[in-house]
Amino acid sequence: MSETAPSLGKDLVGLESLGREELTAILDTAEPFKEISERRIKKVPVLRGKTIVNLFFEPSTRTRISFEFAEKRLSADTVNISSTGSSVTKGETLVDTARNLEAMRIDMVVMRHGASGAARFLADRIPSNVVNAGDGRHEHPTQGLLDILTIRDNLGTLEGVKVCIVGDVVHSRVARSNIYGLLTLGAEVAVCGPPTLVPGSFRELGVEVFQHVEDAIQWADVLNILRLQLERMEAGYVPSLREYNRIWGVSTERLEKAPHDLLILHPGPMNRGVEIDSDVADGEHSVILDQVTNGVAVRMAVLYLLAGGRPEKAEAAKKGGGPS
Amino acid sequence: MSETLLLTGGRVVDPSQELDGVRDVLLVDGEVARVAPSVQAPEHARVLDCDGLVVTPGLIDVHVHLREPGEEHKETIASGARAAAAGGFTAVCAMPNTEPPIDNPAAVGFVAAEGRRAGAARVYPVGCISVDRAGKRLALIGEMVEAGAVAVTDDGNPVMNSGLMKLALQYTQAFGIPVADHPEDLTLSAGGHMNAGIVSTRLGLPGKPNAAEDIHIVRDLLLAETTGGHIHLQHVSTRFGVESIRQAKARGVRVTAEASPHHLILTEEAVEGYRTEAKMNPPLRTAEDREAVRAGVADGTLDTIATDHAPHHYDEKEAAFTDAPNGIVGLETALGLILTHVVGEGILDLPTMVERMSCQPARAFHLPGGTLAEGAPADVTVFDPVARWTVDSNAFRSRSHNQPFEGWELTGRPSYTVVGGRVVWER
Repeated sequence: MSETAPSLGKDLVGLESLGREELTAILDTAEPFKEISERRIKKVPVLRGKTIVNLFFEPSTRTRISFEFAEKRLSADTVNISSTGSSVTKGETLVDTARNLEAMRIDMVVMRHGASGAARFLADRIPSNVVNAGDGRHEHPTQGLLDILTIRDNLGTLEGVKVCIVGDVVHSRVARSNIYGLLTLGAEVAVCGPPTLVPGSFRELGVEVFQHVEDAIQWADVLNILRLQLERMEAGYVPSLREYNRIWGVSTERLEKAPHDLLILHPGPMNRGVEIDSDVADGEHSVILDQVTNGVAVRMAVLYLLAGGRPEKAEAAKKGGGPS
Repeated sequence: MSETLLLTGGRVVDPSQELDGVRDVLLVDGEVARVAPSVQAPEHARVLDCDGLVVTPGLIDVHVHLREPGEEHKETIASGARAAAAGGFTAVCAMPNTEPPIDNPAAVGFVAAEGRRAGAARVYPVGCISVDRAGKRLALIGEMVEAGAVAVTDDGNPVMNSGLMKLALQYTQAFGIPVADHPEDLTLSAGGHMNAGIVSTRLGLPGKPNAAEDIHIVRDLLLAETTGGHIHLQHVSTRFGVESIRQAKARGVRVTAEASPHHLILTEEAVEGYRTEAKMNPPLRTAEDREAVRAGVADGTLDTIATDHAPHHYDEKEAAFTDAPNGIVGLETALGLILTHVVGEGILDLPTMVERMSCQPARAFHLPGGTLAEGAPADVTVFDPVARWTVDSNAFRSRSHNQPFEGWELTGRPSYTVVGGRVVWER
């Protein structure tokens, strides 16, 4: 990484607006942070004295915990706010929430919200750093980054790598962040699933569209398999979970027909036997748990960089000292 | 009381008389008394020097939401009528999607009375097609017309039941009023918040496809054709919709249709950054659709320009995009926007603009005005075609400020608005 690695700016709202240098800086910064989680004392004083609010308007277990570990391993002070209803049903508007946080002089806000654009909305209204932990169906940038880091770790490069995202793409913030980040970093991207969940209009984003998972498996080096929400079936996008599994489920039988081994990712939580069969999820080419490990490192990297840390100093920061 | 007014030396543009030239206009007792190259000022007449200004029959906006009763924090009939006058409009048609809705003669009478009391632009009530805008059975259309309704619509709630729409197009023929429809198949647009396209895909916002609008436009045209009723299609925004109306007009279907300034000027890209001030329904669409709307206004397929003035409180628009309501205010920017970006870019000439914003709206909704013929109501708009100004919503008379043109530099703005021979607004 160069001495002139770009700064991320104030916020991480999405990967669409980031260039190759910025994305690479985050991935490269995550590498040295991985080692902290392997130590007996998993804590460095990089964000000592910083206060971070994890503001979750939608239920989340793994993303929230992953952020919380990342924050605590960097010695930040954290507060978790969870609200199952949206801010609107709760009575307080998002803008009032933002003003309250500002009044409490929070350094960073990590927010998940059900509305696309909510992270941008908050970022434009408060001076604190804002990290998008998922906004509606727009973006989930840290998930995209950890997926991309996992692919890079395993294949050694992203240039020319063929990644197919399988499942409910139209409603997926994970899919969008992956598409933007991977395309910027030189990968080829495809999406695959029932046309009700993977409309052909995605071609306009510069990705291939497959209707049959067999075709995707022939084409791809990597499958990133999305969770099929039960509510999609209830809303009529697919007639039944069983039919979905029969036609779009990723099984060992289908993978055996591939010209070469495929790397298997899943952002979780998995519906075993629906979008992914257990022997695939637990198989030798599954890197699903690597994704979880990388999630903490990527989030540490993002928090460090937003706090003003320089990518080239991450190695030194591990040993002690603040971000600057 | 109306005064005697003499407007001297202005360029009088009145397509209803094929008039475009420098004239004096004398207004006496609420009527146009004389339009001639030189008129001697009567005693006690107030003389308005209109040298360098354009004098037209009063502009009429057939599609505004004045929010009263029920949402007076957004707009009232009085504030809306004043905003209209400040924008150069001498008359507006108030949509009935209030709370409670205008679906009975007493409610129609309330809107008419409040409009008169405001003493600004004329306010013509529009009644609902169906009781409670529920799309189930016809409202008291005959009695609402007797009380002053000039049209019916369930605007905001498209009539999904085609059988009911057919009944409305038949029944209204007894009263000579148009049925105005917001064409949208709700089963196709369900959950949508902007145009379905590349921008919605990128932003992760659910979209409303053109087909949702196209299907209802075609349905309404077929029903108007088979019943002989008058359909007025509101805020047409799609290329297929424009072409369908063009073909229907060629077949002789009784159809009139609107274009709104924002669909003539903006595209879906205005939504970038989740800008709720550019959220409206129908949504801003693609450049190709905008070109079709422009061509439709140019050739008269879309015969009327109407704002769809839709005030919302700033709190409601200061929200995540999917939580924000649809609509923008338009009364105080429409003339400047059209002069700058439609006339100024050669899409319409000035007389055709007056035709679309005054003469034709009056004809379509059978309203007095739309002409400066002698004996016509003394409703006159006078504007300065070269004045440069910057859109500043804080200066609006409307109670609401929600619109995407803040800070735009425009050329052309109203100087005097005269209603019934009385100057109700002057700069």
